[in-house]
Amino acid sequence: MSPGDWQALGVTLRLAATTTLLLLLLGTPLAWWLARTRSRAAVWVESLVALPLVLPPTVLGFYLLVLLGPNGPLGGLQLPPLVFSFWGLVLASVISSLPFMVQPLRDAFAALSPRLLDMAACLRAGPLDAFFSVVVPLCRRGFLSGLVLTFAHTVGEFGVVLMVGGNIPGSTRVLSIALYDHAESFNHSAAHLLAGGLLLASFATLLLLNHWNRRRA
Amino acid sequence: MLELQIRLDRGNGFAMDLDLRLPAVGTTVLFGPSGCGKTTVLRALAGLEREAQGRVALNGEVWQAEGQFVPPQQRGVGLVFQDAALFPHLSVRRNLDYGLARIPRGLVRPKLDEAIGLLGIEGLLERLPEGLSGGERQRVAIARALAMAPRLLLLDEPLASLDAPRRADILPYLDRLRTELTLPMVYVTHSVQELSRLADEVVLLQAGRVQAQGPLAEMLLHALLTPDDEAGVVLNCRVEHIDAEWHLAQLAFDGGVLRVRNDGYQLHQTLRLRVQARDVSLARQLPERSSITNVLEGSLESLNSDTHPATQLACIRVGATRLLARLTRHSVHRMQLAAGQSVWVQLKSVAVLR
Repeated sequence: MSPGDWQALGVTLRLAATTTLLLLLLGTPLAWWLARTRSRAAVWVESLVALPLVLPPTVLGFYLLVLLGPNGPLGGLQLPPLVFSFWGLVLASVISSLPFMVQPLRDAFAALSPRLLDMAACLRAGPLDAFFSVVVPLCRRGFLSGLVLTFAHTVGEFGVVLMVGGNIPGSTRVLSIALYDHAESFNHSAAHLLAGGLLLASFATLLLLNHWNRRRA
Repeated sequence: MLELQIRLDRGNGFAMDLDLRLPAVGTTVLFGPSGCGKTTVLRALAGLEREAQGRVALNGEVWQAEGQFVPPQQRGVGLVFQDAALFPHLSVRRNLDYGLARIPRGLVRPKLDEAIGLLGIEGLLERLPEGLSGGERQRVAIARALAMAPRLLLLDEPLASLDAPRRADILPYLDRLRTELTLPMVYVTHSVQELSRLADEVVLLQAGRVQAQGPLAEMLLHALLTPDDEAGVVLNCRVEHIDAEWHLAQLAFDGGVLRVRNDGYQLHQTLRLRVQARDVSLARQLPERSSITNVLEGSLESLNSDTHPATQLACIRVGATRLLARLTRHSVHRMQLAAGQSVWVQLKSVAVLR
C-alpha cells in the first residue's frame, strides 16, 4: 500500500471510531425513548431515523452541504468550518449511520421485560444504576450489533463523504474515496488491494457478529 | 398503619377509586376476581403506578400526595411478582446480592443466610434462573425481596403460576414468613385456600373498589368470599395435647378444644383449621351417643340467607370465634331456631390447612 493509502486507512478508522462512539452516546437515549414511549411523535421520529437506509447518500450530502455552507442557514453562526473538514464528515456519518445504531438498540430495549426494571427499582436501583446493572448486560447483543454495524457502515461510506468532505488527504480522504481514485486512474493493482481488503474485513466482521449472536441465542 | 387512597382512570374501562387503611403488622390479603385491581393496588404501594392520583403513606411517612412522589427505589418495598422476574443474567446468589448491596447505610442488613434457610434455597445459589423450576424461582424471588431489608413485603399472586403440588411446597414457607417475621405483608390472591392459610386482615376488591374489609374470621362470613359450597371459617389453633392411645391431637382455639386425627403434629405447634359450613350441624340439646367427636356449646347469633332458597347460613358464636353452619330452612323451622338461643355445634369434619 502507498503512504497515501495508509493515510486514508487512518482517516477511515478514526472516522468510524468517532462516529460509533458519538452514536453510542446519542443513539442509546433515542433508542430507549423509541422503545418505551407511547407518544404519537414516535412514528415520525422512527421514520426520520430510518431515512438514511433508503435515501441516496448524495441527497443527504447535498442538504448537509447547503445547510453547512457559508451561505447556508448555519453558515452564519461563525462555527469552525465543517464543510470539507474531518468534523463535517463525522456529522454526516453520524446522521447516515443513525439507523444502524438505533434500530438494534430499540429492538433490544423493547424486548426487555418491564417487570425487570420495576424489580430493579424496588430493589433500590435508581434509573442509571438499573440501566447499567440490568439493561446493558441483558441488551448486550443489541449493543454489539449496533456498534459493529455502525462501525462497518461508516467504513463503507462513500456518497456522503464525497459530497460533504471532498477528497483532502489526511483529513477527509477515506478508503472508499482512495479506491475510487485508483480505479479512475486505472491503477488496478492498488484498487484490487483496497477493494479486496474492504470486502474481506466487512465479511469477517459480519461473520463474527452473526456467529456470536447465534451462539448466544 | 398503611394508608392508600387511589384514583386511577386508565381510559380503557378500568377505573379505580379506593380508600384503604391497612394494619402495618401481619398479613393483609387482597382478594377478588381477575381484573378487579389487586395488582394495581400493589403497584401503587410500590410506587410503580405514576398515573395513579392520591395518597400513600406508611406509618405516617408520606410516599405519595398532591405534588409529592417518592420513587420506588427510595421506598424500600419488597415485591414478588407472579412470574418471579429474576434477573436472568445473574446467578441466584447475585440476584439475592442485588438488593442486599443497595441497602442504604444505617439500615440493619438482614442476614442472608436466614432468608436462604427460611426458603430452603441453599442448593440453588450458583445456578442461573433459567435452570430453576417455577417453584424454585418463586422461592428465590421471595428470598431476594427479604434480602433487601424491606419495610413492607408485597406479594402478587406468588403461587398462581404453579401447579397444586408446587403450591403446597411453598405455602409452608409463606406461613413461616407470617409467623416468624414481624414484617407487614400485603398478599394478592384469588385463592380461598391461600387466603384462609395466610390472612390476618382481608380486603375484598371488585371492579376497582373495596367491597368489604375486616379480620379473617369476620370476612369468611362474607358471601363474596365464599361462593356456593365453599362457605366456612378458619380457626387458628395450637396443639395442646397428643393423645397417644387414640392417635388424636387436641387443638385449642379461641373458644374451645377440638380433637383431630394426629398426622404427626408437634406439641405447641400452631395450625389452621378450615371448618366448612356444610360440615357443621346444630342441636338444641347435647346429643348423646353420637359418633361426632367434636361438639361445642355456642350461641346462635344470626340466620342468614344462603345461595339456595332451601338453605340458610347460621352464624354461631363459640367463645370468641364464629362458626358457620349450613342448615335447611326446613330444619330451622322444625327446631324452631332463633337468634340468641344457645345451641350445640357438631363438627362432622375439620380440615387442617397445610
